[in-house]
Amino acid sequence: MKENWWKILASVLVLYSLAGGLLIEVPALPILHESIRNLYYHVPMWFAMILLYLISVIYSIKYLASGKTNHDLIAVECVNTGVIFCFLGLASGMLWANITWGDFWPNDPKLNGSAISTLMYLAYLVLRNSVDEEQKRAKISAVYNIFAFPVMIVLLFILPRMTDSLHPGNGGNPGFGGYDLDNNMKLVFYPAVIGWILMGTWIMNIRYRLRKLENIENSI
Amino acid sequence: MQLFKQIKFLVEKEVILEWRSKYAFNGILLYVVSTIFVCFLSFKQINPITWNALFWIIMLFASVNAIAKSFLQENKNRQLYYYTIASAKAVILSKIIYNIMLMLLLSIIAIGFYMLVFKNPIGDPWFYLLAVLIGSISFASVFTMISGIASKANNSGALMAILSFPVIIPLLIVLIKFSKNAMDGLDRSVSLNEIGVLAAINLIVITVSLLLFPYLWKD
Repeated sequence: MKENWWKILASVLVLYSLAGGLLIEVPALPILHESIRNLYYHVPMWFAMILLYLISVIYSIKYLASGKTNHDLIAVECVNTGVIFCFLGLASGMLWANITWGDFWPNDPKLNGSAISTLMYLAYLVLRNSVDEEQKRAKISAVYNIFAFPVMIVLLFILPRMTDSLHPGNGGNPGFGGYDLDNNMKLVFYPAVIGWILMGTWIMNIRYRLRKLENIENSI
Repeated sequence: MQLFKQIKFLVEKEVILEWRSKYAFNGILLYVVSTIFVCFLSFKQINPITWNALFWIIMLFASVNAIAKSFLQENKNRQLYYYTIASAKAVILSKIIYNIMLMLLLSIIAIGFYMLVFKNPIGDPWFYLLAVLIGSISFASVFTMISGIASKANNSGALMAILSFPVIIPLLIVLIKFSKNAMDGLDRSVSLNEIGVLAAINLIVITVSLLLFPYLWKD
């Protein structure tokens, strides 16, 4: 029970943000209107994804240093879970874009960047499947993972800031925190971010343990 | 000092091998020229934005094909031999340097032929040439490491493409913007930002390659 407190915290925070996101009052803004509530569901997905990819790259580095299979398993399960969050983020973002910007896929550098980085992590998963030998697979994919991470940072955080973007906080637009996010919203937004990050880590943890059990079963 | 000697020796070896057969370079040159010609025959007339983008797409495919070979053409035994006489850093650096030389030569010939066939006014030709040269250096440094990764996994042709295209896209976006600025003849100071980003990405890629290749190399 003692080491599981964060799982309870994750469930409570996610449930709170799901309910609070729909019920608590939001500022009335032009264009956004009630769709501003999507902030509680769309943005935490990306926070969770970035964190999972970060854990993945840390464990890839650890794998190259130590050669322990478990480190490789954590790295790959982080990417597996991160890709799910990325698809959820894209889906919720597309719905939001359709309402506020009038198109499911406007030509926006942040959208394109996240789609490309998804391609990159899918390529990582394909690369893993193309090698049979376990040690070799772990090593090659760890190298690609570390190679891909700085490119993802460039795609998601540097390029959108250089060009015009519809997203707040990019291309000279002020960030959401500037004036849209009032205290009521912060009350839901920050718990939602923390809750979803913990939730992502939890999912990754379960998948990792399943993988480990499978490995033990397969190894005679 | 040891490292520099090894790099110099390995680059010389690559150049001599290439000079003897001339197969790879001539093959890729013919590939570029015929692609440009196919594009010319199918487009006939072209507006400047497409002209710029088309050139970079042709260069992208040409460089993937040119650099994919850099690790594949050597068999396992020869790689084992390199492993015993040189350090891993020397091997990857020599490959990167050789590929940069190859791509610079290739891109100069390609842009010359492209401009000869497709007539398009360029506002600032020297700056456009600079964009082409920086672009070929960037392609070479990124694709060398990717081709090293792809050669370790077995089916390399398709894998090389899916591994490298997402990685090269940020570079390609910046390059197209930079070269379009040069084509429109904008003031040079406008593009300084792009040059900075390209230099930074190249620096990161080469550093990461140097750090990671030693792990990739030994089986």
